[in-house]
This record gives sequence, structure tokens and C-alpha cells, in this order.
Amino acid sequence: MNKVFGAPIRYMLQACIYAGFALMLGYFSQAPEYLPIAEGDAQIKLSFAHGGKPKGGCRDRTAAELGALAANMRKAQLCSRERVDVVVQFELNGKTVFDQSLQPSGLQGDGPSHMYEKFDVPAGRHEVLLKLRNTTRSDGWDYQAHRTVALRAGQILAIDFDPGNGGFVMSGGGG
Amino acid sequence: MWLEGWFDKVFGVKWNPMYALGGLGFFYFWIVAVSGFYVYAFFDTGLTEAYDSVEQLTNEQWYLGGVMRSLHRYASDALVIMMVLHMIREFAFDHYRGPRFFSWISGVPMTWLVIAAGITGYWLVWDQLAQYIAIGSAEWLDWLPIFGEPIARNFMQHESLDDRFFTLLIFLHIALPLILLLVMWIHLQRVAYARWKPSRGLSVGTFAMLVGLSFVFPAVSHAPADLNRVPQALNLDWYYLFAFPLIDEWGSGTLWVLSFCVTFALMAMPWLPPRRKLAAAVVDLDNCNGCTRCASDCPFGAIMMMPRTDGLPFDRQAVVDADVCVSCGICVGACPTAMPFRRRSDLVPGIDLPELSAAALRDKIHAVSARMKGDDRVLVIGCEHGIKSKKLAGENRQAIDLPCAGMLPPSYIDYILSKGLADGVAIAGCRFGECQYRLGPDWSEDRFEGRRDPHLRKRVPRERLLRLWVAPTEWKDALHGLEAFQAGLNTAMPSSGLQELADEAASNVRVSGADEVKS
Repeated sequence: MNKVFGAPIRYMLQACIYAGFALMLGYFSQAPEYLPIAEGDAQIKLSFAHGGKPKGGCRDRTAAELGALAANMRKAQLCSRERVDVVVQFELNGKTVFDQSLQPSGLQGDGPSHMYEKFDVPAGRHEVLLKLRNTTRSDGWDYQAHRTVALRAGQILAIDFDPGNGGFVMSGGGG
Repeated sequence: MWLEGWFDKVFGVKWNPMYALGGLGFFYFWIVAVSGFYVYAFFDTGLTEAYDSVEQLTNEQWYLGGVMRSLHRYASDALVIMMVLHMIREFAFDHYRGPRFFSWISGVPMTWLVIAAGITGYWLVWDQLAQYIAIGSAEWLDWLPIFGEPIARNFMQHESLDDRFFTLLIFLHIALPLILLLVMWIHLQRVAYARWKPSRGLSVGTFAMLVGLSFVFPAVSHAPADLNRVPQALNLDWYYLFAFPLIDEWGSGTLWVLSFCVTFALMAMPWLPPRRKLAAAVVDLDNCNGCTRCASDCPFGAIMMMPRTDGLPFDRQAVVDADVCVSCGICVGACPTAMPFRRRSDLVPGIDLPELSAAALRDKIHAVSARMKGDDRVLVIGCEHGIKSKKLAGENRQAIDLPCAGMLPPSYIDYILSKGLADGVAIAGCRFGECQYRLGPDWSEDRFEGRRDPHLRKRVPRERLLRLWVAPTEWKDALHGLEAFQAGLNTAMPSSGLQELADEAASNVRVSGADEVKS
């Protein structure tokens, strides 16, 4: 054993090193504090999973086509599986903050379109205008929602889309 | 090296934490496992029950459950520190290339597993911190184009979650450490005599530190998760959760690219550039009697004892796996047939290094000896990875470097002194715990002290042998010790006092003693 220090000094130095290590361990285990969102801000989450309408129309199968199919597969009409893009526009206080054409998921393009976006906004009143198109039309909107919300600091306004409930569904925001 | 040397003085070699970083990592892992079992016994997998059960354990059973929870956290944090220090140290000592690539690249996935296991643990508490990192993790994963519906949508509203979410988390939090344990086992497969546990003194010290910390700063939860609110001020565990602020700052894509690049760079490091190594050790069956000493001493398990193939009347023969062999020569030092007293034509040991054979070493000793003048000639047997030998050389001091000091068969010391090739022999190898090939100083000391075959013969005057196990940074101290040793060789001082004289002159240089060589 090295004799540079006597045993009492060595044990004391060891205790100091352990204490220093513990201090570092304990400190960075819970500090410094982190603010995930700026003080006084609220958050709007816009997210949905929604399938647009089929892209192409349907046509009647010919007699030859039907004959080539197994008896249990002879569906009279042949329809396109591919869905149209879902176009979404989000205006906040009159300014467009999100405007995208969301492609359908799936290898055949027959799955739902989906999105998830967060917007940090100052607390207070906000004008929210949402528009969505899910058909083959080239202009205009199939769904629109306009609402004034009052958000407190740290509050989350969650916006989902559910055509069964009339379109855009907002939760968490007062006003 | 400076830090390790200083820690040697404070902790001693056996308790020096710098020599046991990997072992400490294992030790913390087991503390995490045991404390985790205890916490799990009281954990309730429910949307509100999870938080309540952790709070109950922390507050109502603070003296045991709370301490266990804190131990669970702090040992996990310490595990991350040890993991990072271990990687830095192995890199700094060039222990990651060549045949040692396996331990390095098997260590890289462990970093992912440790961090992932830690993050899933923080989810389980389901407080505001858990909410933040659960959503952050989901958003980060959603960046990959492999998921259908965004996972983060599950955290839009409370109604989206149910108790099964916690069942999944528990599964992950137990499965990941089990996989980690498997990888830890794989990590050590090419390391013989792996020091996977720290010495008792170090274990007691570090455990006491964790317990003390758990009482002084017990781990506590934030407020319960509330998906209608963004968590405001969070006390992040920066050891595990450092990535989340980076995601906030740079975005998920950047962090994925960064993570991939760092992981790829770490995995590629052993070949950037690859290590040049001597040719692997070769076995000469005519001189191998299957004694197993080379296989026993190989620090990397590169030598296996297999059934005899040449018809000689021995059960086994040594077989070298050239891919695993690091060409350290420790096997040559262990071979009883590496005997320099044999006639030159016969000096072919059972195992040898093709590029620095036992015969060539003997020739080199003769050549170097012829260059030394005076009465107090000292031949320094150094290590290529230790002090530069030219720093120790002088008019009547010559040095020979070996791949590892452990390559020198003890009979060579007997040979040098009995043939008058030098008046003293100094072995200048790496400091314990810093050996490039892990066990050179340990096995050398064991051989000199008669604890390990082949022994240094009793007739060899110990006062004419100096053992300097020092770091390259300590070369000045080593030189002073060497000069003192040399001066003592030529005085009327009783021979038994020479080693002590050298010790005293070089108080900062650790000259090995029997009590500190091995645990």
C-alpha cells in the first residue's frame, strides 16, 4: 500500500472524494431546472387521424371480368382503394400557421392521413380558425371551425378531428 | 493518469475506483436491480394508482421504501457516469482497437439500453416529468416513418390512456435491463479474469455514499401528470434525460441524425484507424507439454487447451486463436520452456511471438549489455506502453522494451544476473490497473513473489531487482528511483536495504509490494 498518506488522512480524503461525487450525482440528478415551455405560454395541439374519401370512382365489372373471379369474389363494382389527400389549414389570430396536404398512409395509399403538431402561444384570448378538405373537390372546404379560446399559462388546447362529432373537436380551452 | 496516480495515493491500488469503472458499473446495476424489485413490489400499474403508489412508498415508508427508490435512482445515475468514464478511459488508453474491438462495439449498444431503461423508469412514476418525457419520447419516435398513427396522439387526452399503458411500461422497464444484462455478459466474453466486481472496500464505500445521498436528498416526484397542462418547471435527471431539451431545441430529426452519427462513429472507432499489431503468438508443439500456464495467464482467453494432435505423450496442447490474440507476449512469460540458459539453437519455447522471439530477446539482452560500462550496470526491461525507455537510459543503464513487461520470463532475470550481463535489473512496467494488456504487472509480481508459475528462482538476489510499476507521466520519479537503486548496487549497504532505498528516493513512484498486487 502506498505510504504517501497515513491511514486517517487517506480515509478522510476518501470520504471527501465520495462526498464530492455524491454532490455531483445528486445535483445533476435533479438540477438545473428546465422549462419545457416559455413562462406564460400555453400550447395548442392539433392532431388527428382521418381517412379522406376514395380518390377514384367505381365502375361496373364486365361479364368477362366477373367470370374470371372466384364465385365468392364476384363483386359487381370495382372501386379505387386510394384515398385523397386531406388538406388542413390552421389560422391563428388571422395568420396561417399550418397549411398542409396530408397524404394517406399505407402502401396502397388507402390508410388514414394523420398529423400531430404543437404550437406554443402566449396565454390569453386567441382566434382559432380550422379548415379541412377530405374530398376530390379542388377548392373550398368540407369542414370549418371557428372559435375564440382563452388559454391560461401552461394550458393545453387539444384539437382533434372527428367527422362523427361534426368535425373539429376542441378540448381543454375555455372561452 | 495524473488522477489515477493521485487516487492510488488516497485509495490504494485495490480500492482505486479508476481501475474498477466497469466493475462499479456492474455493482450499480445490481443495486438498481435489487432496489427495483423492492419498489416494484409496492408499485401499482394504474393511471392514477401508479403515481399514488410511488408517493405512498416515498412518504409513508421513507425509511425503507423511500431509500430504496432513491437508491434506484442514484445507482442508475452512477451507472451512467461509470459507463461514460469507462468508455473515455478505454479510449484514452487505446483499449478499443485490434482484438479488443469486440468489447468496445458490444459496449456501444449498452449505452442505448441503459438510457432507454432509465427513461422507461421515469415514465412509470406518471408525474409531470413522466408526462413530459413520455410525450417527448413519443414525438421523437414519431419522426421515424415506421409508425402509422402518431404515438404522441395517445397523450392528447386522459381518455386516450388506460391501465394497460403501465403494464406495457413495466414490461419495457424490466425487459430492457434483462437485455442489458445479456449484453453485459457478451461484453466480457473476450476478457479473461474480468474484474466485474469492485473490491470490497470500494463496494462498501460507494454503497455507503449512495445510502447517505438517499437519506440527505431523497428522490421525490413532481405533481401528478395532467395532460391538459404543459409541465412548467422540471427537475430533470440530466444523466438520462439530457436528450429531451435537445429535441425541444433542435427537433426530433436532428437528434435522430446526431444519435445515429455518434453511434456509428463509436462503432467504427476500432477501425479508424485499425491498430497495428504484431503477429499472433505461435505454438511449437515439440516444446509444448500442455502445462496450461499460457492459457491460464492469457488476459483475453486467446489460448485454448485442446487434445494433442502430434502423438507426443501429453494430454493437451495449446492452440492460439489468432483473431483474439493481442500479441502481448504474456504467454511467453508464462511458458516454462522459455529458458534462456538453453543453448541458442534450442531456445524455442512452447509458445512464442514470431516478431520478438524468446531467442531474439536473449540476443538483444546480450547486445545491449555489451554497450553498458561501469560497475553498477542496470538493464531496464520496459514496456512499449509505459515510460519511454530512452528516458530511463544512461551511460550504464540500457533499456529494452517488450510489448508488455509480463512477457519477460522470470528465468531471464536469473540469466542476466548470473551471467553478469548487468549488475541489476529493473522492470519498468505499467501502473497496476493501467496495463495495456490488463494483467502484465499482476502476473509479473505473482511470478516474482512465487505465487504463480513460473516462479523467479530463490537464488536470484532480490536486492538486485527493482520493480517500477509506473505511469508514463511519472518518468521523472521513476528515474530518481532507478538512480537510487543503481547507486545502492555499488555501496556497502546491506543488500536487503536496496529496494527500500529506491522506494524512499522515489516516494511518488509505487514500487510494488506483496500486499497490493491482487485482490
